Amino acid sequence: MKEENLKIIRTTTWSAGPGCHGTCGVLAYVKDGKLVKVEGDPDHPWNQGRLCSRCLAMTQYVYHPNRLTHPLKRVGKRGEGKWQEISWDEAFDLIEQRMNKIREEFGPESVIFTMGTGRDIGAWICLLAYAYGSPNVMFPLSGIACYSPRIAAVETVQGDYCILDAAQWFPKRYDDPNYKIPECIIVWGYNIPASCPDNVFGHWIIDLMKKGTRIIAIDPRLSWFASRAEKWLSLRPGTDGALAMGFLNVIINEGLYDKDFVEKWTNAPHLVRSDTGQLLRESELVKGGSPANFVVWDTASKQPAVWDSQNVAYKQNDVKPAIEGEFRISLANGTTVTVKTVWAVFREEVNNYPVKRVSEISWVPEKDIIEAARLYAKSKPASIHWGVPIDMTPAITPTAQAITALWCITGNLDTPGGNVISRYAFDAVAYALPGAEGVIRLKSKEADKKRIGADRYGPLNKFIWRAQPDLALEQIFTEKPYPIKGMWIQACNPVAGIGLDPKRWAEAIKKLDFVVAVDLFMTPSTQLADVVLPAASFLEKDGVKSWWIPLQTINKAITVGECKPDVEINFELAKRFDPDLRWKNIYELFDEIVKPSGLTFKQLQEKGWAFPPQGHPSAPYHRFEKGLLRPDKKPGFQTPSGRIELYSSLREEWGLEPLPHYEEPPFTPVSQPELFKKYPLILSTGRRSPVYFHSEHRNIPWLRKIDPDPVVEIHPETARSLHIDDGEWVWVENWMGRCQLKAKVTPVVPRWMVMAAHGWWFPEKPGEEPSLFGVWESNINQLISMGAQGKDGLGAPIKNLLCKIYKVSEEEDNA
Amino acid sequence: MPEKTRYGLLIDYEYCTGCYACQVACAQEYGWPAGMSGMKVIEVVQELPNDKAYLAYLPFPTELCTLCAGRTKKGLEPACVKHCMAACMKYGKVEELAQEMGKKPRMALWAPR
Repeated sequence: MKEENLKIIRTTTWSAGPGCHGTCGVLAYVKDGKLVKVEGDPDHPWNQGRLCSRCLAMTQYVYHPNRLTHPLKRVGKRGEGKWQEISWDEAFDLIEQRMNKIREEFGPESVIFTMGTGRDIGAWICLLAYAYGSPNVMFPLSGIACYSPRIAAVETVQGDYCILDAAQWFPKRYDDPNYKIPECIIVWGYNIPASCPDNVFGHWIIDLMKKGTRIIAIDPRLSWFASRAEKWLSLRPGTDGALAMGFLNVIINEGLYDKDFVEKWTNAPHLVRSDTGQLLRESELVKGGSPANFVVWDTASKQPAVWDSQNVAYKQNDVKPAIEGEFRISLANGTTVTVKTVWAVFREEVNNYPVKRVSEISWVPEKDIIEAARLYAKSKPASIHWGVPIDMTPAITPTAQAITALWCITGNLDTPGGNVISRYAFDAVAYALPGAEGVIRLKSKEADKKRIGADRYGPLNKFIWRAQPDLALEQIFTEKPYPIKGMWIQACNPVAGIGLDPKRWAEAIKKLDFVVAVDLFMTPSTQLADVVLPAASFLEKDGVKSWWIPLQTINKAITVGECKPDVEINFELAKRFDPDLRWKNIYELFDEIVKPSGLTFKQLQEKGWAFPPQGHPSAPYHRFEKGLLRPDKKPGFQTPSGRIELYSSLREEWGLEPLPHYEEPPFTPVSQPELFKKYPLILSTGRRSPVYFHSEHRNIPWLRKIDPDPVVEIHPETARSLHIDDGEWVWVENWMGRCQLKAKVTPVVPRWMVMAAHGWWFPEKPGEEPSLFGVWESNINQLISMGAQGKDGLGAPIKNLLCKIYKVSEEEDNA
Repeated sequence: MPEKTRYGLLIDYEYCTGCYACQVACAQEYGWPAGMSGMKVIEVVQELPNDKAYLAYLPFPTELCTLCAGRTKKGLEPACVKHCMAACMKYGKVEELAQEMGKKPRMALWAPR
């Protein structure tokens, strides 16, 4: 490459392009304004010069002949595929006028703003929705079943989220003197080589394996990790909760837990009333006592003592709380009740899961459960890295509570090489994410009251500031309690990707008065819009990334057509909908977001990235001991009691089971024996491909050539019994519907299960209805229903279903 | 006449995850159309006793591999080696790589040119 006119722009990946949650450092080679190559930035602490196939295909992506480069207005019927190019001014005017009309007639909540997975879209879609006045920002996956439920569940227990420690908090990474290599990592439902970008750089675990980390793989499939693991537990999909309870059973009954941690930092000593099964509060013990305070049994004074939640300390001096035992206590109202410690009731629950029972539920041999539990508990430090299967069951919260208890009681929380509390770098938060309030907010708490599901589900008022998608879909049809009239769809493909029962989503979108889609390419979902706006890739914009560490900027390298960055599109409209918007331009907004770092956006851009220093609440380790987690700087956690809540006071408040436990998912051989006779294979969906991000990239030639067809993995013996050969097209069918996939015959899946790829549509097929880019041919979500979310509105059965499989007949094949 | 120094690629296939970064990195570097690349990742699933199997991937240098002569002359790593997500590829003199190969199992040494 001739050096003349060649510019190298250092930037950060996030969203459009590789599609992922990003954070990789990239060098964009630009010649005469045109991108000629991307390379990994060797100086970047996140990826150290490495880069994935999707990012390396950026030249084919940004200059793709089908890239949307002008705003489009629908001129035919919805879905007819007839479009007219319009200018940005025309597009903004049209949207302003149509959306103002809906706002005037039906109120701002009548427009739903829907986005795909997080990335560099959450902040900007909130900016627009909130300026318009709608609280209904939505992630349309049933039960919001991707990551948010896990984050909410962990924060319910421990007040802050935490993740695998791969030294990502330090510029020197593994060489930082404070860091320790985990002796063991449980890779729980995560095929990291392929799904790497979903919350950490997956190949860090491979770096650690080279440095000696041993792997416990929990996965029904023989994943890459499973085939190299010290222990591989091939569990029946959806039984993760039972397995976690089994681990707790082994670890507690064999005394392999950290007793000091349990006594000092958890609510193990708090007392639970045997009559009501609820936590005993100070207000019940003494007149005028606070309902926010809890009660323990002081073994020194042989009487109750009070845990003052606000002061994160006992009210009495030198309390020696009982951890085990049953006591009789006189209450303020003159009655006497029997109470037990939280630890006693927690142990009783755990003892409901002897290894034999767990083995029967999970189909994992008893010996493997015991050995894996011991290996994890005895390794110091040890870490757990989990994936989306945890979210993909209606009982996500109790499952995640059990797994959270594992890293807590083994003393691995916020320790080097354990599970480390993950805060936004410098606590710089752009918008309301689980557990955080950002710079971009709804104008009033009042406006939030109309958010769909907020009145029904506890976690949606405490951690997750989104509309509940299962209720939202129903509301579009019922118009109760208020009608939905418009939808803003950005970085989201509900018809081909994120939507379960996607025909119903298509029907819902078509029912609305006005729909805007913002994307880089036409998709089955944009086809149903009235206006389509061309968005920019990460190489075509300036931006900020603060999820989690380091804090970084995204730096514009090129311009393509008339494409605009999401932030610019939304900012322009936000100004129109809210004349009082307090930022003059996006750079003022960026400055405010990065302000906690002490840098301006421009300074951060020059610096590239910034790590919070030691002693900052967003930098590890042992923050709960140092008083770095709570706003009042007292040691402890940001939970209602200030302690790790093994027994959750929030869940109790929400009328839900406070303790971790297992619930059988709704569509399994166990819960549906009759259906199982007709559909005798377990269907798991969401097989990851290293060259695709969900429904994206099927149009990128380099990538499509590597993984050309939608596949379903089937075991050789099962395939033989069904007379299916490798590479043959098969129907995968259940009570919801069917789709065609290509059989990949492989021993990687168990005999009793098939694993289907998700997110498939065919950009090369006709875009107009009825084809919609062939989306009804192979979209596996047609076999999955909406409306089976968990009791707390979170989680959905997506990886634990039933199906049958049969060959596509020759006539159909030729059709 | 001393023999020409031969260069090669050492692959630690214990750690190759089948991410295809090498294959696409090469296509990008040389502008190959889809389906052509100097690297091709091969999947090997070997069934083992007791219902186990070993899932392996191996990057194979094709006829299009030039060992990135242009890049290495400038002191840069070949495009595939540079971007390898698992950092399991190494470029160097065949003799030196062969030495290194002796240090651990599950290694392959390619000398494509």
